[in-house]
Amino acid sequence: MMEGFLKILKKIAKNPTSLAGLLLVLFFVIVAIFAPIIAHPEYPDTPYQMPQSGWSSIPQPPSWQNPFGTSEGQYDIYYGIIWGTRTAFKIGIVVIGLALIIGLFVGTMAAYFGGWIDEVLMRITDIFLAFPFLVGVIVIITMLGPGLTHVMWALVLFYWMGYARLIRGSVLEVKENDYVMAGRALGTPGYKIITRHILPNAIFPIIIQVSMDMATIPLTAAALSFLGLGSPVGYADWGQLVSFSRNWIISSSGGNPFAYWYTITFPSLAIILYAMGWNLLGDALRDIFDPRMLV
Amino acid sequence: MSKLEKLQSEKKSGSKAKILLEVKNLKKYFPIKAGVFKRTVGWVRAVDDVSFFIRKGETLGLVGESGCGKTTTGRTILRLIEPTAGSVHYGGNDLLAMSRGKMNKYRSKLQMIFQDPYGSLDPRMRVRDIIAEGLRSAHVGNKKERYEMVEQYMEKVGLSKLYVNRFAHEFSGGQRQRVGIARALIMNPELIVCDEAVSALDVSIQAQVLNLLDDLQKEFNLTYLFIAHDLNVVKHISDRIVVMYLGKIVEIASKHELFINPLHPYTKALLSANPIPDPTIERKDRIILQGDVPSPANPPKGCRFHPRCWLAGPQCSQEEPPLIEVKPDHYVACHFWKNMEDQN
Repeated sequence: MMEGFLKILKKIAKNPTSLAGLLLVLFFVIVAIFAPIIAHPEYPDTPYQMPQSGWSSIPQPPSWQNPFGTSEGQYDIYYGIIWGTRTAFKIGIVVIGLALIIGLFVGTMAAYFGGWIDEVLMRITDIFLAFPFLVGVIVIITMLGPGLTHVMWALVLFYWMGYARLIRGSVLEVKENDYVMAGRALGTPGYKIITRHILPNAIFPIIIQVSMDMATIPLTAAALSFLGLGSPVGYADWGQLVSFSRNWIISSSGGNPFAYWYTITFPSLAIILYAMGWNLLGDALRDIFDPRMLV
Repeated sequence: MSKLEKLQSEKKSGSKAKILLEVKNLKKYFPIKAGVFKRTVGWVRAVDDVSFFIRKGETLGLVGESGCGKTTTGRTILRLIEPTAGSVHYGGNDLLAMSRGKMNKYRSKLQMIFQDPYGSLDPRMRVRDIIAEGLRSAHVGNKKERYEMVEQYMEKVGLSKLYVNRFAHEFSGGQRQRVGIARALIMNPELIVCDEAVSALDVSIQAQVLNLLDDLQKEFNLTYLFIAHDLNVVKHISDRIVVMYLGKIVEIASKHELFINPLHPYTKALLSANPIPDPTIERKDRIILQGDVPSPANPPKGCRFHPRCWLAGPQCSQEEPPLIEVKPDHYVACHFWKNMEDQN
């Protein structure tokens, strides 16, 4: 496995855009890990709460104290972006992790056993797919009440179907291989055939999808925060920072994008770079795992 | 005396080697499904009422053209595909009647070598894990002991033990097939089903692998069910040969008997299609069959070969000829086997 990993790294390093993707993702990983050092929390018990330097509603431009300026309500944008990275990773990892577990289970069972099990599981998947994604998520959040945990549950509930379908297709293909039958001929029990032969060979399309979704899911969460359905007010979250800037960019009540540029530029940059990093990495992985390029 | 009684008397008399495995009335029908509700609209009779036996220590060749059900037969015997009906007796037990868990205990004794040396080895596993898989599933020894056995068996099949850490794609086709053989052999089996084990290899490698199988048979006292479509290969390795056509056995005979005195028209046609490896000799006796192989979903009534047979009479399209033993150890399913014998 280590060799394969190094081989992948080597291939990524050869291509500048792939390398850029990898470096961007690594950069955000480092920011997330060292957030307490890069932006020291003022309230150690609630580090995700953005510190406020006053109560004025008018954003303040960048200064020594607030390197990226402050948003409305005097939340420190710099702090919000640094700790927002952690929020983005947390949402991405938890939502995708849980959705992946459900999807892997449903997809593998459906494809491996086939017949009526396949039929039942895939029709359930279809039912979930029939809901428009955002509408479904919003309905669930409204039912559960706002809050990051609820947002994550709602996203999981409407995001596992893609993985289930992807895994099912992949397993259907892999299970026809002779080595699966060879495993059976050697007396390997069914669950070990799945874990030893089928999943390791079926997982690659999913890895690419996961990488892409690591960008999509936090973006969706940011969109929900922007709509006021996500994290509580003052929680370090990129979507919330963007939503704070809304009234100061274009609005009838004195918005001015040139005066208050910092309120939108820094959070947007964070979102764009984060999404771009994962997308480039996903593209790179897709190129690498393309069977025609596997020599 | 019916065929089965004869089989049994043979078993008792002990004049010949012991019967290791006996297949009786084996059937495998695959459903054809259609429509939204996946209703079964018909059946593909891949294997239709097949009976034969394998003696201990012999190599039984199973030949026939593509789609005649020979691979399905091999796989059904090992229960890699669940049969529709029939029984496979091995060591006094019916393999097809036992539970899957119990069957797994017999798996080590009945092994298989697959046709495709590329598809039959997991691309994400190292060779030592591929070969040790069966031992691991049967809980034989600890990891270290298993790997020691792997090295031992790799040398037995002519692979350097330096290759233990390689992946399947780092080998040539012939080497991969050797890995497949080692994987089967390490289980210490009695019977190995070789499903077109050399068909995917080129001729020079075929000879090497066939010789290896021959040597291993002597060393380990193995019994082979050798499934192939290449008559030269089967002739080289088999003691007796079973000929299948469209899911049915048409003839069973010892190798020499079959090649000198084929009693089924299909066997004769098949033999006449076998190329002679000498370009200066032209085959004069080539029999070209008319038409195509009918669909096994809708086989002809009576003898399944009758629409293409030059001997067929009115009886053939009505009455299905049973597989009868016409001479000691020579079984044929044809109404006109006597005419065939006269021609020979």
